[in-house]
Amino acid sequence: MSPLIETRNLRLAYGGRTVLRDVNIKIDRGEIVTIVGPNGSGKSSLLRALIGAVRPLEGSVRRAPGLRIGYVPQSLAIDATLPLTVSRFLNLPVRVSADVAHAALVDAGVGDLGQRQLGALSGGQFQRVLLARALLQQPDILILDEATQGLDQPGSAKFYQQIDAVRRTRGCAVLMVSHDLHVVMAASDRVLCLNGHVCCEGTPQVVADAPEYRALFGTGTEGALALYRHHHDHSHSHDHDHDHDHDAHDHKEPAA
Amino acid sequence: MIDDFILRAALAGLGVALAAAPLGCFVVWRRMAYFGDATSHAAILGVALALATDLPVFAGVLAVALAMALIISTLTDRQVSSDALLGVLAHAALALGLVAVSFIDGVQVDLESYLFGEILAVTTRDVVVIWTGAGLVLALLVWRWQALLTSTLSADLATASGISARREQLILTLALALTVAVAIKVVGALLIAAMLVIPAATARPFARTPEAMAAYALAAGSLAALGGLFGAFTFDTPAGPSIVTMAAALFAISAALSPLLRRAER
Repeated sequence: MSPLIETRNLRLAYGGRTVLRDVNIKIDRGEIVTIVGPNGSGKSSLLRALIGAVRPLEGSVRRAPGLRIGYVPQSLAIDATLPLTVSRFLNLPVRVSADVAHAALVDAGVGDLGQRQLGALSGGQFQRVLLARALLQQPDILILDEATQGLDQPGSAKFYQQIDAVRRTRGCAVLMVSHDLHVVMAASDRVLCLNGHVCCEGTPQVVADAPEYRALFGTGTEGALALYRHHHDHSHSHDHDHDHDHDAHDHKEPAA
Repeated sequence: MIDDFILRAALAGLGVALAAAPLGCFVVWRRMAYFGDATSHAAILGVALALATDLPVFAGVLAVALAMALIISTLTDRQVSSDALLGVLAHAALALGLVAVSFIDGVQVDLESYLFGEILAVTTRDVVVIWTGAGLVLALLVWRWQALLTSTLSADLATASGISARREQLILTLALALTVAVAIKVVGALLIAAMLVIPAATARPFARTPEAMAAYALAAGSLAALGGLFGAFTFDTPAGPSIVTMAAALFAISAALSPLLRRAER
């Protein structure tokens, strides 16, 4: 089966400076792939190149013909002059029936927000609405850029549960960038670690053990990594809270 | 035949509102007010071109406005903050146009009508041109409405859905040039941008969806055109500026009501 998206020797520049080089990746139908990497490692640039918003300096991005992408951006600045209800937003760019739109909001756990103005939502509600909109377009692949930014721990855990459910029920592929290393990596089929290039790639276990990954996320990751393994080994046997590890989690991001 | 020329003026004013109000919403949402200024000010250069080459004024204005809009569109493509650049272009275009017109003999007397409009002198042919142009603008906007809205919200969101944000920007550019060409006879080069921005801003507090805002803007624009004409007759004031004054008065009322509306929403 041909991949949904494939890059060949991709090189991306931002403001004349190369941010990413020699990227050869492919995303297959139905897999969950996570991109990790320090700030400025080219994560968002890569996503934007994959959706076609950035023209590569070299190399190419090949999307499967007719590929439908559900894109959930990092954030969305709604100009105060633009009146937009949540239900109207769900109808962009493809119109859907009111029932379908409402069902999508209920699925996302924000069923009562349809008539609210988009700009008046909280961060968590907003992310859920963005996800609901992306899913309404019946995507072959969901692309999420730091989608849990601004969500608290239970909020982002629920968000990932929903994404996992979406993958299972609709079979769409998921490609995401995230800072929540431990949660995200546990849920992924494959992890790509970026730092100006793809420095390592593989199953979460393989990447977590890779020296390149350890060099990047070094000492600060110990806690998160431990937590990740904890999750990975025991996630089916219990689901108690891991609040005690959050401080360590906060330290994992190296200064860029 | 006083009735006829009032009717023509009213039709011309409504035609301009028909195009300018919905387009003006995009101008407001995308923060293109200066873009509108620069494009409409370039119309004077178009007038000079038309007079020098014996082209119809409409064609000259359309050509120059389109060229100007394309230049701005290209220069500001990278979404760099270009406030100053647009300011430079807006005023340079106006000054250059005025200088160019001064080279053409016998136009000095007419200059004011191109700057402030001459709605009371529109002919039946003018009315037909205005409504054709306005109809085209409206058709363009309706045709591309969903894609335009998506790319206004976020270029990336549009791109991911296979919509070219660049193409939508070009469609707005074309619509803007057409509107300028249509409106110069009615409100003049200096006040076209006002007919874009003011009705849309007036509509904002009442609207909960983009479509409602466009509809209310159309109502405000039409009311301004008719009320301004009526005022111009009653008080013997220049028609173009009277229309814009009426639009500004409606905006003031809307702005005064806006806190009440916001409270009611909660």
